[in-house]
Amino acid sequence: MTITLNHFSAAAVFALFTSIVFGITHRENTRDMVRYGLYCFVMFLGGVLAAGWAMWLLRK
Amino acid sequence: MANSTAEKAKAAPAEPVSMMSVLAPAIGWLIPGAGHMIQKRWIRGLLLFVSIMTLFVLGLAMQGRIYKANGGDILDILGFIGDVGAGGIYILTLANDWGQGAIAFATADYGTKFMIVAGLLNFIAVADAYHIAIGKKK
Repeated sequence: MTITLNHFSAAAVFALFTSIVFGITHRENTRDMVRYGLYCFVMFLGGVLAAGWAMWLLRK
Repeated sequence: MANSTAEKAKAAPAEPVSMMSVLAPAIGWLIPGAGHMIQKRWIRGLLLFVSIMTLFVLGLAMQGRIYKANGGDILDILGFIGDVGAGGIYILTLANDWGQGAIAFATADYGTKFMIVAGLLNFIAVADAYHIAIGKKK
């Protein structure tokens, strides 16, 4: 079985699962875990989008 | 300087080595999330298991390459260290000769990285299970 993900879906899947692990392992209580997980997810995806736009601008 | 370090070492109470503080990291390495589950952190354990296993299996499905023990290029050695963190599924992958990598697929390199990251995340989960076992974290 072969799965082919494009760059953005691969980054989104990576961000989702990595954020879950970061949230659980880096915080003490459930509320903080959820908040930190969401923060990491937004930062990961935000970083991808920002880098994408930066590369688009550099190419122009 | 040396004195203050020695004083700190004296002041800090020695952590008692309990059965759980050895068992939880070992089982957590072998099966991602299991170190949390045997300490009755069911939801955390399940989420860790699903996250780490999905990343690793997706990496395999994307035709990523698995690193074997080697003494060659530094990046290959680091790749091996990352992969070996996945524990049981890494051993299973080696035993079945999966993860040979396919240059024909453009996303194969993403797959290789997915598997390395899954192993590294499991190292963090193992450390977390140990901290719960010694009472440093709830």
